[in-house]
Amino acid sequence: MAVMDYLTTRKDDLVGWVRKFSLFPYPFVTACCGMEFMSVSSTLYDTDRFGAALPRFTPRQSDLLMVVGTVSHKQAQVIRKIYDQMCEPKWVMAFGACATSGGFYRNYAVVQGVDKVIPVDIYVPGCPPRPEMVIDAIMMLQDRIANDKHPILPSEQPPPERS
Amino acid sequence: MPTFYEAIVDRLGPRCLRTWDSHGMLVLDIDASQLLVVVEALKADFGCALFLDVTAVDYPARQPRFDVVYHFLAPAQMQRVRLKLQVDEHAAEVPTLTGLFGSARYMEREVHDMYGIRFAGNADLRPILLYEGFEGHPLRKDYAMEHEQPIVPYRT
Amino acid sequence: MQYRPPVSSPLAQPLDPSHVVVNIGPSHPATHGTIQIVAEIDGESVVRADVHCGYLHRGFEKEAEHHTYHNIIPYTDRLNYCSAMNNNFAYAAAVETALGIEITPRCKWLRTLLAEYNRIADHCTCVAASAMEMGGMTAFLYLMTVRDYIFEHMNHLSGARLTYSYVRIGGLARDLPDGWLTRLEEILQFTENYLERVHGMLDRNRIFIGRTRDVAAMTPEHALHWGYTGPILRSTGLRVDLRKDNPYLAYPDLDFEVPVGIKGDNYDRYYVRMREIDESIHMVRQCMAQLPEGPINVDDPRIVLPEKELVYTRIESLIHHFKLVMDGVQVPAGEVYSAHEGPNGELGFYLVSDGTGRPYKLHVRSPSFVHMGGMHTLLEGHQVSDIVPTFGSMNMVGGECDR
Repeated sequence: MAVMDYLTTRKDDLVGWVRKFSLFPYPFVTACCGMEFMSVSSTLYDTDRFGAALPRFTPRQSDLLMVVGTVSHKQAQVIRKIYDQMCEPKWVMAFGACATSGGFYRNYAVVQGVDKVIPVDIYVPGCPPRPEMVIDAIMMLQDRIANDKHPILPSEQPPPERS
Repeated sequence: MPTFYEAIVDRLGPRCLRTWDSHGMLVLDIDASQLLVVVEALKADFGCALFLDVTAVDYPARQPRFDVVYHFLAPAQMQRVRLKLQVDEHAAEVPTLTGLFGSARYMEREVHDMYGIRFAGNADLRPILLYEGFEGHPLRKDYAMEHEQPIVPYRT
Repeated sequence: MQYRPPVSSPLAQPLDPSHVVVNIGPSHPATHGTIQIVAEIDGESVVRADVHCGYLHRGFEKEAEHHTYHNIIPYTDRLNYCSAMNNNFAYAAAVETALGIEITPRCKWLRTLLAEYNRIADHCTCVAASAMEMGGMTAFLYLMTVRDYIFEHMNHLSGARLTYSYVRIGGLARDLPDGWLTRLEEILQFTENYLERVHGMLDRNRIFIGRTRDVAAMTPEHALHWGYTGPILRSTGLRVDLRKDNPYLAYPDLDFEVPVGIKGDNYDRYYVRMREIDESIHMVRQCMAQLPEGPINVDDPRIVLPEKELVYTRIESLIHHFKLVMDGVQVPAGEVYSAHEGPNGELGFYLVSDGTGRPYKLHVRSPSFVHMGGMHTLLEGHQVSDIVPTFGSMNMVGGECDR
């Protein structure tokens, strides 16, 4: 019925608004981009204004996995396990050139982009990216979350599994 | 009054194959069998209390293939000494320095990981920068740089 | 997917059935993201600890064998990324020693100034991170603000906030822009102001003292046996500093003290770093006052890239530019080991050259890697909650440890 569709979209808008302004990042910090992550969380470029300030250093309680820095093959198992431990809904941000595509390390030790191991929602290029770029990425992700469908009612289909 | 380097060459020169100066640093070229004696003498008599580094260089066209290079620092005189020895690829074994210097543990593990040179007496030669299941030794000249060995299967 | 630990640990079999084996890391906020500590615990105290590194191994040495000397400069930035210029300068010094050239006086003083400036940033990061991990969020935010101003200032100089790639073989990328030194003085005053606040918050704080005093204490012999250098060795009481004992760059002409600790515990390491920031500020001011005029780069067309306007108008400059970019700086065959005093300790580069434009072998003697080798001795016998302050005071930087 049209009324049900209208109510579902309003529900999606509300849930999207709530979810986008209360992101709990899990900063999976490995390398130099971690310094920029520290800068972007601090006072000059604040992520707290976007609701994305409080890092939860456990995958069980976080919904945004920020892969900050280079992922090596030794670390890839760890990141896959952490991604699997997170509950839906979850998003992944590839922070920096190394997480996006391996950066300028094209050798035996580095995974050429973390999207070879986990699905990524938003890529932030830069080596390391400026804090403003990270904030831009968070805002883009928030737009995507706001416009997304959020099937939380029992009558709705759950979203397809991304592996 | 001999200088620090002259004293070392006087005392340990007979045990070395060659000694020379490299940009102001004394280099001793020794045989692997003399390693422990020379290092003990450097530590006990010449004050080389800080073991800085061990690494290896690969010359695949040469026999013996590897050059194992040690660096020591004497903090009191602030002078450094380099030790070099040559190791064959098929008998790639060198005595360990873990009995004299604790810092040798990790550095020897790294050389083993990267080049495949064993350190006799170091019981802990697990991979340190790489992981178990990695085949080959990356810093050898015949290991292709882009040859990756992923553990996690790639998606798509 | 079945998770298997990448490197097995002998601690998988505990000594006593009542002991618990706990895994800390590698994804842990306080292990700076890349160290795994497997600890065997009896109640709250650590009986044995096994430190695993290598989760950020990025193949620096293998990459260096395939790139020209100038192309390696961005890779050196990412070693100790908190103070990228120190790595740049140590690497350039190794290549310049192998080439046998002497840099210009202005370059020497400018490199000293920037090395000390970066040391301030590195020590600020270390103190901020360790304070935050013990709960002192305010100190973290103060020092991050200081560091951000330093980053923006370095951005004005070199174009990047964190990984500058500012050095060139035989000189620097470009000279100082206008107004840079005035802003530098403002930032130094700002830093001193904020450091006073951090001193006020942490120095006599009962909780901070309780968590750091007499924890992980080391004697100088222990430190030398396990290969510690830098502020950690100085906190044990041994006055070993390459800037005083083996001076390089402009350090012979600078007047500074080397702060030394007493007991070698976490508190001493924190305090030595804070005093070193003060000494670095003093050194930066001296460098600003004594900076000579003159060219930045050595006047040798086989090493230094020519000016762009010359490349476009003169054929010799075009040829030099082409050869330098395609073939690299031709370094005579030989080997050299050159060490600088990085913020973590002795940062050494061992370069073996075969006469071409690419190194035959480039090895980094990284202080953090050696410090991790001895860290298990500092954890055993202490409590689980001491692992975090001890680890923070080591200033393990992942890029430098694993290369």
